Amino acid sequence: MKKVAYIQNLSFAYDSQTILDSIDLTIEQGDFLAIIGPNGGGKSTLLKLMLGLKEPRAGNIEILGGKPSSKRQFLGYVPQNTNVNIDFPIKTIEVVLMGHVNDKRLLFGYGKDETSCAMGALKEVGMQEYANRKIGDLSGGQRQRVMIARALCAHPKILLLDEPTANIDAQGQKEVYDLLKKLNEHITIIVVSHDISVILEYADKVAHINKILSFHDISNKDDRFHTHGKEEHFCEVELLQMLGSKGCKECTSTSSAQDASKNSIEGNVTKSDNNV
Amino acid sequence: MFEALSYTFIQNALIAGVLVSLATGIIGSLVVVNRMVFLAGGMAHASYGGIGLAVYLGFPIFLGASLFAVASALLIAYLTLHDRHRIDTFIGLIWAVGMAIGVILIDLTPGYNVDLMSYLFGSILAVSSGDLWFMGGLLTAIILVVSIWYRDILAVSYDSEYALLRGVNVKFFYSLILVLSALTVVMAIKVVGLILVIAMLTIPVYIAERLSNSLATMMAISGVIATLFTLTGLWFSYTYDLTSGASIIIVSACGLGLFLLFSTKRK
Repeated sequence: MKKVAYIQNLSFAYDSQTILDSIDLTIEQGDFLAIIGPNGGGKSTLLKLMLGLKEPRAGNIEILGGKPSSKRQFLGYVPQNTNVNIDFPIKTIEVVLMGHVNDKRLLFGYGKDETSCAMGALKEVGMQEYANRKIGDLSGGQRQRVMIARALCAHPKILLLDEPTANIDAQGQKEVYDLLKKLNEHITIIVVSHDISVILEYADKVAHINKILSFHDISNKDDRFHTHGKEEHFCEVELLQMLGSKGCKECTSTSSAQDASKNSIEGNVTKSDNNV
Repeated sequence: MFEALSYTFIQNALIAGVLVSLATGIIGSLVVVNRMVFLAGGMAHASYGGIGLAVYLGFPIFLGASLFAVASALLIAYLTLHDRHRIDTFIGLIWAVGMAIGVILIDLTPGYNVDLMSYLFGSILAVSSGDLWFMGGLLTAIILVVSIWYRDILAVSYDSEYALLRGVNVKFFYSLILVLSALTVVMAIKVVGLILVIAMLTIPVYIAERLSNSLATMMAISGVIATLFTLTGLWFSYTYDLTSGASIIIVSACGLGLFLLFSTKRK
């Protein structure tokens, strides 16, 4: 598989406060990666580093074989919280056309080719009937789909989304994720999210970030696993997977391993309590 | 009433009223959607420093006010783009320090007793034909800039982070919007004065925002509504011998009140 993002030993800090500490992450073409973790754990920061909106303190970050800021035309970005600025007098189609903003063309408005491309993007997210509606009149889920259409307008190779389902009702969330799943057939998708239970149904890779990064490949959902007591890290991914676990050969055979994993869970819980 | 139209100063006042209304309609829309109302207030008051400087050194007052307003616009742009922390404090400082400089410089000017009130509350009946050229030129420049870079300005105003990602020079366009606002504020000082300019930049725009579904329509509707308010205000001012700037603002406020009354009734 082709690597689309290659992050090595990446660190980031605000003044003296470390946000990300020596992170390694490889994202392959066609991945549906969920970035999860506690608030303030560094999820959005990592996304902004990948977009080149922030510069790393140390380490290396390569997107599509180059510096993030030089590859922006291949990146689609859907920002967090599209509920701000909803009084802004702007039509849905104009928001989507923003994906073309830097294609050089002078004077008012957009060309026919750009408008038809934007309509195509709206169609892809199922919002073409709303093209001439004011953006503020749409529901949160609809607005989020419009933002995805705007990102698609630039024909991205990677789509990065920051909390795309915050402030959206359950039905809207499902629609957004179903859409992402469909887009994932030809675009690599990276989603920052805290809806862990939802995201696990759709993602095939999960990165848990809380200063440090822990990577989980969950593409084979039948092959439930747990830490077997061998790993330091324990988060909601293992917890949910353990709930669904039918047990695995390795540790049903030895009860001592089970005890070990239990200890590891408890150990970790106390550790995170101390952090709080 | 109609014989009044034969006086040159009345004609100038009407032309100035229309030019300023159209400019504040366009720029006011940008000021409101970019949440720069407080910034515009700061620039308006800071420009008084320029008025003082012009009086002290003896060069045209419009020029002095423009220089000070543009300088404060660039300073505000720099502060907003580089250090958002405590930006409101800095704008408050620019606001007051600019005024203080103006007052001191006028104190220091020997034998000159400038009519402070005419800058605070406007003096539309004293508009000269030179002023009209400045206003017309600025309005043309505003229309040109907004037409040529409409999509960039729209993108920066709606979602500046996304605009940056798509390669728009956000700093340039943000500063450009502020500089145009500063010049428009200076132009509006002649009509309503620097204290009342905020109302002129916001009331027609607020009504227009409710009636538009795009930024361009909002600008056009704001311009028309502002013109309507200004001309009605001038008529009141002439008929009942009232201060023109204040009349325009009161007419605008009444217009807003009626609009809100009718728009809530319809719901």
